[in-house]
Amino acid sequence: MTTLLRNDLQLIAGWVRPGARVLDLGCGDGALLSWLQQHKQVRGYGVELDVDNVVRCVGAGVSAIQGDLETGLSDFTDGSFDLVILSQTIQAMHHTEQILLEMLRVGREAIVTFPNFGYWQNRWQIFRGRMPVSETIPYQWYDTPNIHWCMLGDFEALCAKNGIRLLERVVMDGSRRVGFLPNLLGSLAFYRVGL
Amino acid sequence: MSNTEQSVGTVTAQQADFSTPLELACGVVLPAYSLRYETYGELNAAKSNAVLICHALSGHHHVAGHYAGDDKSTGWWDNMVGPGKPIDTRRFFVVGVNNLGGCHGSTGPASVNPDTGRPWGSTFPLMTVPDWVRAQARLADRLGIDRWAAVIGGSLGGMQALQWSIDFPERVAHALVIASAPKLSAQNIAFNDVARQAILSDPEFHGGDFYAHGVVPRRGLRLARMLGHITYLSDDGMGEKFGRMLRSGEFKFGYDVEFEIESYLRYQGDKFSDRFDANTYLLMTKALDYFDPAKPNGDNLVAALGRSQARYLVASFTSDWRFSPLRSRELVRALVAADRPVAYGEIVSTHGHDAFLMLDPPYVRLMQRYLSRVAEEVQA
Repeated sequence: MTTLLRNDLQLIAGWVRPGARVLDLGCGDGALLSWLQQHKQVRGYGVELDVDNVVRCVGAGVSAIQGDLETGLSDFTDGSFDLVILSQTIQAMHHTEQILLEMLRVGREAIVTFPNFGYWQNRWQIFRGRMPVSETIPYQWYDTPNIHWCMLGDFEALCAKNGIRLLERVVMDGSRRVGFLPNLLGSLAFYRVGL
Repeated sequence: MSNTEQSVGTVTAQQADFSTPLELACGVVLPAYSLRYETYGELNAAKSNAVLICHALSGHHHVAGHYAGDDKSTGWWDNMVGPGKPIDTRRFFVVGVNNLGGCHGSTGPASVNPDTGRPWGSTFPLMTVPDWVRAQARLADRLGIDRWAAVIGGSLGGMQALQWSIDFPERVAHALVIASAPKLSAQNIAFNDVARQAILSDPEFHGGDFYAHGVVPRRGLRLARMLGHITYLSDDGMGEKFGRMLRSGEFKFGYDVEFEIESYLRYQGDKFSDRFDANTYLLMTKALDYFDPAKPNGDNLVAALGRSQARYLVASFTSDWRFSPLRSRELVRALVAADRPVAYGEIVSTHGHDAFLMLDPPYVRLMQRYLSRVAEEVQA
C-alpha cells in the first residue's frame, strides 16, 4: 500500500487523533484508513457500497463492510466512534440530512468534505449557460451521481438547523488553502463538526 | 484466478483415534472416538500456515482432490481449495475433518458402540457446535497445530469457525464465516424440523435403530433432502435453471415426474438417501438449531465475541434466504461492537444458499484477496 495520500485525504488525516476509533463512510479502496492505521494507529472501519472496493480494502488490510449509506448506519451503535468521516459523498446522497445526524449519533465528531458549488469556476460556467464540469465535479449533468449540491453557507445552515457545531473549517483550491472569499475561491470544503 | 490453478490430485483419508473421553454438552461422555480427516499442502516449519475447513450439514472431510482410481470422487470444495485457488495449497496446510456424529468415517450413529457391540443408532448422543470444535481442537493438538492461520466454513461450517474464535481465542488468527448466522431464526428451525419429521415418521427409521433391521429410512431422508434443497436454491435461480419445463413437453395428468424441477429434486433426494445416514442428518440439524454462542453469555453476542482475538471475513449472498444477508449483518454488527476487525461482502448471486459452494467472481476475488493477506501474514 502506498504511503502517499491524495491532498484532500491528507488534510482529513491531519485532523485524526492518534489511536482514534474511526468510521470512514464510502471508504473507496481504503487508502485513507490504511494510511491512518499505519501512521496514526487508528482502529478503523469503512463502509463501502461497491464489492470491488471492498475487495481492494481487504487487500489493504482495511475492515470494510459492504453496505448502503442511504439505509442509515444501523450496523453501528450510539457513540461507538471517535470520528466518522464522509468524504466527497454527501452531495451524492438522497438522505443528506439523515446521514449527517446518523454520523453524529454513532460518532462524537464528524468530518464532512464536499465540492463547493459556489466555486467561481462553477459560477462562471453557469454564467456562460452550462452546468459546471471540473476537476472536483467531473460529471455531465445527465450522468452525475451528485444530486444535492450546496455551498459553504448552505451546509453551515443545515448544521445550524440541527444544532451541529462547526469545530473547524478548511477550504481548498487544489492543493492551496483559501482564506479570502472561500465560498468563491474554494473548490473543496472540509468541515469538522460535533454536537 | 491464476492460470496455474489445478487440483490437489490424488488424496488419501486418514484417521485419528482418541481415547481421552470427551464430555459433550448434552451430558454424555464419549469414552473414545475417531475422526476421519484429510490434509493438503505442507505444514511449514513454524507450523503457522494451517487452515481448517469445517463442513456443513451434508459435508465431510473430503474437501479437495479425488481418491485413487475414482476420478468422480472430487472433494466438495475442490473449486476453492487447491494449488492457485483461493485456499491455496501451495501456501497453506489445509485440514478437512468429518465431524463427530458424521457418516463418512468419524465416530457416528452407524459406528459400533464398544459397550454393546451394536451400532449406536438411537443411543448416539446429540452434538453441538462447541462439541465439534473441542473434538477438532484435539485433532489440531495431534497434528501439532497450536494456532490456525484461518478456520473457514460455510453455513453450519461458518458456525464452527465462529465458535472456534470464541472458544479458543488464542488458537485462531482468522475466522471466515460464509453464508452463516450467529443463530438460526424460527423459520430456519422450522425447516429443520419438517426435515426431521420426514425421517422420524418413516416406518423404516425404527426409532433410529434401523441398522439392526437391515433397512434404511430412504423415503424420509429423500423428503428431508428435497425440502432442504429447495431452501438452498433461490426462486430466481430455480426459475432460470428449470422454469416450467416439462420432461415430455406435455401434461400427463398423473403424479409421476412431469416438471423438470420434480425430476431434479427426486434425483437429488435419491442420490442423498443412498449415501447419507438418517441419524447423522437428524443430529446435524439439531446442532444447527442449538447453535447460539450468545446464550451462555447472557444472550449477548458482543460479550461472547469479546474474548475473540481473531480477525474476520464475513460473506453472504443476496439470494440466500435460508441464511440471509440480514443474519450475516447481525454478526458483523456484533463484531464491530466487540471491536473485532471484520470485512464483510454481500455478494450478488442467484445461487441462493448454495452460492457459498459456487464461484461467483466477486466472491472468489474476496476470498482470494483475504486469504492471500493471511498467507503473507504467516509468511506462507
